[in-house]
Order: sequence, then structure tokens, then C-alpha cells
Amino acid sequence: MWSGRKLGSSGGWFLRVLGPGGCNTKAARPLISSAVYVKNQLSGTLQIKPGVFNEYRTIWFKSYRTIFSCLNRIKSFRDNLLKTIPNHQPGKPLLGMKILDVGCGGGLLTEPLGRLGASVIGIDPVDENIKTAQCHKSFDPVLDKRIEYRVCSLEEIVEETAETFDAVVASEVVEHVIDLETFLQCCCQVLKPGGSLFITTINKTQLSYALGIVFSEQIASIVPKGTHTWEKFVSPETLESILESNGLSVQTVVGMLYNPFSGYWHWSENTSLNYAAYAVKSRVQEHPASAEFVLKGETEELQANACTNPAVHEKLKK
Amino acid sequence: MAARLVSRCGAVRAAPHSGPLVSWRRWSGASTDTVYDVVVSGGGLVGAAMACALGYDIHFHDKKILLLEAGPKKVLEKLSETYSNRVWDACSEALIMFDKDNLDDMGYIVENDVIMHALTKQLEAVSDRVTVLYRSKAIRYTWPCPFPMADSSPWVHITLGDGSTFQTKLLIGADGHNSGVRQAVGIQNVSWNYDQSAVVATLHLSEATENNVAWQRFLPSGPIALLPLSDTLSSLVWSTSHEHAAELVSMDEEKFVDAVNSAFWSDADHTDFIDTAGAMLQYAVSLLKPTKVSARQLPPSVARVDAKSRVLFPLGLGHAAEYVRPRVALIGDAAHRVHPLAGQGVNMGFGDISSLAHHLSTAAFNGKDLGSVSHLTGYETERQRHNTALLAATDLLKRLYSTSASPLVLLRTWGLQATNAVSPLKEQIMAFASK
Repeated sequence: MWSGRKLGSSGGWFLRVLGPGGCNTKAARPLISSAVYVKNQLSGTLQIKPGVFNEYRTIWFKSYRTIFSCLNRIKSFRDNLLKTIPNHQPGKPLLGMKILDVGCGGGLLTEPLGRLGASVIGIDPVDENIKTAQCHKSFDPVLDKRIEYRVCSLEEIVEETAETFDAVVASEVVEHVIDLETFLQCCCQVLKPGGSLFITTINKTQLSYALGIVFSEQIASIVPKGTHTWEKFVSPETLESILESNGLSVQTVVGMLYNPFSGYWHWSENTSLNYAAYAVKSRVQEHPASAEFVLKGETEELQANACTNPAVHEKLKK
Repeated sequence: MAARLVSRCGAVRAAPHSGPLVSWRRWSGASTDTVYDVVVSGGGLVGAAMACALGYDIHFHDKKILLLEAGPKKVLEKLSETYSNRVWDACSEALIMFDKDNLDDMGYIVENDVIMHALTKQLEAVSDRVTVLYRSKAIRYTWPCPFPMADSSPWVHITLGDGSTFQTKLLIGADGHNSGVRQAVGIQNVSWNYDQSAVVATLHLSEATENNVAWQRFLPSGPIALLPLSDTLSSLVWSTSHEHAAELVSMDEEKFVDAVNSAFWSDADHTDFIDTAGAMLQYAVSLLKPTKVSARQLPPSVARVDAKSRVLFPLGLGHAAEYVRPRVALIGDAAHRVHPLAGQGVNMGFGDISSLAHHLSTAAFNGKDLGSVSHLTGYETERQRHNTALLAATDLLKRLYSTSASPLVLLRTWGLQATNAVSPLKEQIMAFASK
């Protein structure tokens, strides 16, 4: 829901232009595209059926102006990545990092990462998005060199890019992916040992149904009907368990709240709507589903089901 | 050797425009143009300091900055001093003293040339990041489309007099009160002229003294101020009517010196009524506050003036309705022009630099597009709040002290005496002025 407004969404959304703060844009008008998602049987991920594409470019270009709405995410990525770099260069703090932006859309998160010195590859299955992103970065000679865009899905490049990235960013992607487990496995495969994974997505709760589907799609038409499927929303517990069972150690999970008056997102303890997860790939190569991990996964599921019986807890551990 | 302590210097004079250049042209031209991250138009005190601040900023280490200055490169050597401040009224005995008893200096007077020399040297030291072009004046600015097109460049295009062109993500206008940048972008400017010109000159004192007091006397025609430069030298800033200013600049040196001394010493504008009323309040204050009756210091007298150091320039007030637009920011006199009576003109410009550099630094560290209006408006809000108050106060003081009508003279006499008696208030004023 709010992710429809967030400008870093994946898989080629049309976007609502944010009104407040966008100095030169007129009052925000939702621009509707008739994109419909069709399952791609081969790759198991989504493919978009193009709708009104000639409006996409204008929307993206307007969105670049209102990038500040993604500010908290960029700051968080940057700060977490800086912790992994011992001596960073002033002016180019992320120099030397190779980052993959999955579902980069028009490059709204890719570009700030590039400006901070990282080498970024942005991938998106929608050709039009990549063309727009390509066009936008072409005017900036520095970004032009640091960023590379490709039209493809993650699965298609997993083989050739295994263990090459220091970080993977998947912002507003996992709620559209059909096979979450495969997707996250691919994320893990392309990461170097010790590499970072950043995910932002929407929780699967009653609140997200009410606001994300009912309000945003059906009442206020902020996003077109069918953009999101509530069943595909991912709860933090599910996400954590899949990540952990694939060799990724979850460091933080934190909620995000949007303030429509200021136009900024804020971190919050409440993960019932949008949230972000930060995980690190373990340095030691181990097989997924080792006994320890399975147990941990189960324990977390039980916790998610609000089972607080310490006796059961103890029993499992034995 | 004119010591100019107000910020009317070295600014790029805009070519006369028939009207603001507000056309938005699609520019898909020369992609071989260098793209700078920031271009500062105007290499005076404020422009050069801005380029310096960015050049030394840690988050700008891989950015490219260009400074455009219409004049030639200046290199000179001078001195600096500390000061306290004495201000008094010509129509009465009321005076106000701002003193710093503790060891902290209240402020510094540094000559324009000294500052420029220091800035030039600092800029040379970061020449890998900051390029300075002297004798370069921008003759045309072309703005990116507000409704972005996929094929047109999103940057500002600048064309210089010699035909060379550049592109930039952010244009900073530091080109003085007739700012070409401000006119080209079409920002409204609230302005009026004072019917005054300021005469500046370098004066030699009659006797060497511990010259650490700045004196300002409000004459009905305008304030006259003596600002210390060294034990034997002071700088004069005398704001008066256009005719009188022209006279002062053209009269021979002896007569000029007499005029200056007389302006500081003469009692001609006192009236008995005001004197009595003033004395009454002074008596009342001394009853309430019997402490600290310091002996009244006298302003130094002037022996001669430096040949060819007399210059005059017109005074006015100006305030830009907006300080920023997408990809444009105004600083210094381009954004605000003030009467020199409070000595705040260039200080406001330095305050602008501090604020804008801070916002740009944070934006750079967040990987933001530097020309994005979101952080520019942060700078604008912060500075407009501060500058508007100061501009209004200075204008009010100027008007208040431009009259010899008794009621107003009485008001300001008592006001000044009362303010002088209230130490916390004076401390607040000093703190604000020396920020």
C-alpha cells in the first residue's frame, strides 16, 4: 500500500507522485497504469504485462525529485554498510563495494548508492524501467560509470554472479515474488560470505489488509487494483525463518511508518505495516537446514504463534 | 588603501537585463560540457568563502566545484584588530556601551583585502576540487525543464562571456545585490533605496592609542562610525545624504578631516529639552543601579586621511522573496542587502554559508542530488528567519535615527539609556550580533 507510494518499488510499478515537498510537481495526481502481473512459469517470478508505458518515464523523472522520501532507507543501508568497511574514503564512503539492487525500478535507490561511491548493478524485469533508469543516469558522468543496469530477473544472473556482491538490496520486492524461498536463496548465493542483505517489504496483518488493499486500492485508488495480493505479504517472522534457514543471520528487523504531512518515513518498533530487515551471510559455508537452524526456525514459528509456554520451549531445546 | 568593511565588493555585476529571463528551454546540447556538482557565481567575500567551505568539506572530497569571478585575482597583505562598541546619539547625551569584561573578544574587524587574500590562498590549496576562473562572467543561465523530459539534461547550463559553457547540479548565486542569478531565475526582490550613500575612508589618528573601541554616532543625516584598524589607523563609514556624500568625497583633505572631527564632537544638534529629559532618566537609573559608573571614554580625533582612500556607494535595503529554487540558491547580498549601521551585512552572508554548507554536506553524505529542493528549503527557512529579523531591526534603527523631531529623539534617547542600563538585554544583543 504505502509501498505503492514508495519510489523504490520493484517490478515496474507506476508510481504516485508525492505531493508535499515536490516543489515543481503540481499537486499529486495518481497516475494509473493497467499493469497486471502474470506468473512466469519458467523462472517462478513475476513478469509484468505492460500497460500505459509512455507515462512511465515522466512519472519516474518526477519521482527523482522527491527522492527524499526514501531517505531513511538510504541512511540505514549506508550506516550498516559503513560498519563493514574499516577505512572509508571521505566523499566516497562506499568505494570498493559491489552492490546489487534487485527490482531497481527507475534507479531511485541505485543512484544514491552510486553517489556514495559504490559500484552498483541494478536489475529489473521490466524493460521500460531499465530504459528510464539508464536515461536518467546518463546525464551524470560519475553515475554513468558506477552504475550498470540490466533487464533480467535475479534467477537469470545467479550463475554468473555467484558470490560477487558485498550487498544486495531488495526494496519492495519480496511481496511480489511468488517463490520467496527460491528468491532468498538466490540472494544468498550472489552474496559474498559476510555480505549484507537489505529487504524492505509489507507485513501480512489485518492492518496491512485494511490500509494496503482496501484503502489504497479500492477506496483511494492510490495503487491500481490487483497491484498487491495480501496473501503474498510476508510477515517478519516468516522472512526471518527463511533467511536463517538459508545461511543468513538476521541482525535487525524494524518497522517503518510514513508521515504523510512531512513526507518522510520513520523507523518504528511497530512492524505491522512496512518493515525492513537486515541480514548478513555467514562467513562459514554451511548447508542450510542444519539441525540448529531448523530448531531455531521452529522456535521462532512457535513464538510467532504466540506460544509463550516455557515448558514447550524447554522441550524443544532438548 | 580603502578598507571596506561592508560587503560591497568584487561582486559580479550582472549584464543589464530587459526583463527576467524565465524561459525554460529544453537543452539537449553539448554533452561534452563539464558537469560540475556546484558552481558559485561571484567571487567576492561571500562567494569565495562558500567555495572554500565546500572545498574543505569532508563529504565533498570527490565533488567538483567551480567559482566564477568577474574581476582579477587579488593578493595583498594587512593587519587585524579586536574591538568593543560604543554608540551614541548626536541629539542627546544618551549613549550605549557594549563591553566585554571577560577575556573573550566581542568581535573582530578584518579588512576585506585580508580576508580575500586568506580565502584565495585556501582555495589554491584545494585546487583539485575547486576550480576558480577569474575574469569570467556568466552571461546566460539556462534552466532545466520543470516538467522533466527524458531526453533533456536535468542540469543548469551556464554560458560565459567568452562562449564557454558548463553544466551544474547546483548554482549558488553570490553575485551581490544586483544579482544576475536572482534576476535570471525570476525571484522577486523586495527593495528600496535609502536616500543615503556611505563614504568610506582610512583615517590617521592624532595620537597612537590602544585602539580597540568602535565608535558610532547617530547624526540626523545618518550614522558616522569609526572602526579601529591599528593603533594609528581607523576606518570611517559615514552614511549621509547623496549630496553630502558627494561633497565629502570631493572636498580637500583638510576640510574632510575637520568635517569628521566635528561630526564626532559637535553638540550643535542638542536641544535643552532633550538634554534635561535625558539627564532625568540618567539620574533615575543611577538611583536604581548605583553600580559601575565608568568614566566616559572619548572618541579619538582624526589628524589626516589617506590619499585616494575616500570612496562612496549608495545604500538600500533588499530582501529576496525566495532564497532557493530547484538547483539554485542565493547567499549573501544576492539574498539580502542591509544598511551598514549595524555592521552585519557580510556577517549575514557568512551565516548563510554556514547553514548552506551544513545542509549540502548532509545531503552529499546521504547520496542525494545536490540540487534537490528538499534540503535547499531547509537552508532557506533557517536563514530567512534570522535575516528577516535583522533586516527589519536595522531598517527600524535607521529610520528612528534619521530624524531630529523631538518626540522621536526623546523616545530613542530614553530607549538607548534604558537599554544601556539593562545588562542582560545588552548581553543578548552582543550574543546575537557576534554569532
